[in-house]
Amino acid sequence: MKPPPVDYAAPAMVEEAVALLAEHDGDAKVLAGGQSLIPMLNFRLLEPSILVDITRIPELKGIRDDGEAMTVGATTRYVELRNSELVRARFPVLGAALPHVAHLAIRNRGTLGGSLSHADPAAELPMMALLLDAELRIAGARGARRIAAEAFFLGPLATDLADDEIVVSVRFPYPADGIGWGFAETARRHGDFALAAAAALIGVSGEHVVTEARIAVMGVDETPLRIAEAERLLIGRRLDSDALADAVRAVREAVTPDADLQASAEYRRHLVGVQVSRALAQAWERAGGDAR
Amino acid sequence: MTAKKTISVTVNGTVEVRTVEPRLLLSDFLRDTLDLTGTHVGCEHGICGACTIFLDGDSVRSCLTLAVQADGAEIVTVEGLGDADRLNFLQRKFREHHALQCGFCTPGMLISATDLLRKHSELSEAQVREGLSGNLCRCTGYEHIVRAVMAAAEEWDGEWNEATPRECTS
Ligand SMILES: Cc1cc2nc3c(=O)[nH]c(=O)nc-3n(C[C@H](O)[C@H](O)[C@H](O)COP(=O)(O)OP(=O)(O)OC[C@H]3O[C@@H](n4cnc5c(N)ncnc54)[C@H](O)[C@@H]3O)c2cc1C
Ligand code: FES
Ligand code: FES
Repeated sequence: MKPPPVDYAAPAMVEEAVALLAEHDGDAKVLAGGQSLIPMLNFRLLEPSILVDITRIPELKGIRDDGEAMTVGATTRYVELRNSELVRARFPVLGAALPHVAHLAIRNRGTLGGSLSHADPAAELPMMALLLDAELRIAGARGARRIAAEAFFLGPLATDLADDEIVVSVRFPYPADGIGWGFAETARRHGDFALAAAAALIGVSGEHVVTEARIAVMGVDETPLRIAEAERLLIGRRLDSDALADAVRAVREAVTPDADLQASAEYRRHLVGVQVSRALAQAWERAGGDAR
Repeated sequence: MTAKKTISVTVNGTVEVRTVEPRLLLSDFLRDTLDLTGTHVGCEHGICGACTIFLDGDSVRSCLTLAVQADGAEIVTVEGLGDADRLNFLQRKFREHHALQCGFCTPGMLISATDLLRKHSELSEAQVREGLSGNLCRCTGYEHIVRAVMAAAEEWDGEWNEATPRECTS
């Protein structure tokens, strides 16, 4: 249960970090909070030749507001997001999800960029990135690029990142004023990885019908998912029990959960439907919709 | 062979300069290199919480941190809270409320509870339970630990400073 022999570098600039990654050609590993990488090293699931610690790069730190969006540096820790006034004011749904990520001491080290890059199918922040239409800024030895969260997650622990690339920051555009939000998660014990979770945003017009709907789920497929079909069928309707039942049916059809020691696939499919229904009802109420 | 690194860390107020292998876990650095065996090691993958220490003012898992990552940092371990002759406020509450039996989990419990107490002016029982959910105890059934921390939270008053790590200034 000890890491294998490995070299270590802590560059001060993004350019240096990506140059080191390119130089080691797939044999280097980015080290951020270490809350997923170090367990994997302890278990000897990975044997990189060098760890490139990116937490000493000033450019990767901090939370910024540009009026239209919040941009969060990749090495911003869960605890910093949780304490952020901007998150509290503009992204309460993110604030609601953060306490469900692991435990206090792990949230004190784990980072946004690490969570997204690790891409655990039952992690909270990748689902939030999908829900919030986030865009990732990526730096690589061959240049910089941007990618939507929707295109970033490819499978369990698999993303669109190349070996010589790092996530620099994540941009979360502000949702429309007055949008309602909901979040529901189930885990065996507090802080464990979720069996499944769902989050929703709902916009409501003066006529009390849904004008915007976003539904994201996790723990029920190889990646977190947006359920476009369920979102589409809510537009223009009141969120009554028929509409909820239609959305839940669409969600259950869209997901392909796995069975494991904790829960069967059927249980997860059922559970995520219940969670979507709860998240939607919360969002509708917060948006001032009339659920009766 | 990988290149060793020289690091400088402040541990319980003392500056320690050592040359270490990059793969050395901070938990092993504290226990084996510095002989501070108060920090316990249970699982080495972040589950049990026995290895929890303060790193720059935040509670963290020392088994999920490399010693080289702590270069320049300020660390407080259970040895920095108080000692047998001078238990701090929270440690006394643990004793009064029988919050330990074998004591294996106690160093991590004390650090996690101290983090909670330092960062909240008021603590509900739910917050204490949530805050300690990352620390496993096989003996006490948790009730007495929760009671000790609640008692500390309610009574901290003038003695508050003693519940904070002695040398942690951040
Ligand atoms: C006991 C325990 C319980 C946990 N429970 C949960 C939970 O309930 N929910 C949850 O979401 N997570 C949970 N986690 C995982 C935790 O959230 C991790 O912190 C997170 O997944 C990784 O973030 P990190 O900064 O620690 O990344 P690291 O561990 O440093 O890195 C993780 C991976 O991402 C890569 N990487 C990191 N940063 C970047 C970057 N900027 N660009 C490119 N690649 C990068 C690394 O190379 C590595 O492959 C748990 C962990 C533990 C130990
Ligand atoms: S030894 Fe670190 S959490 Fe168990
Ligand atoms: S007192 Fe024995 S593990 Fe907690």
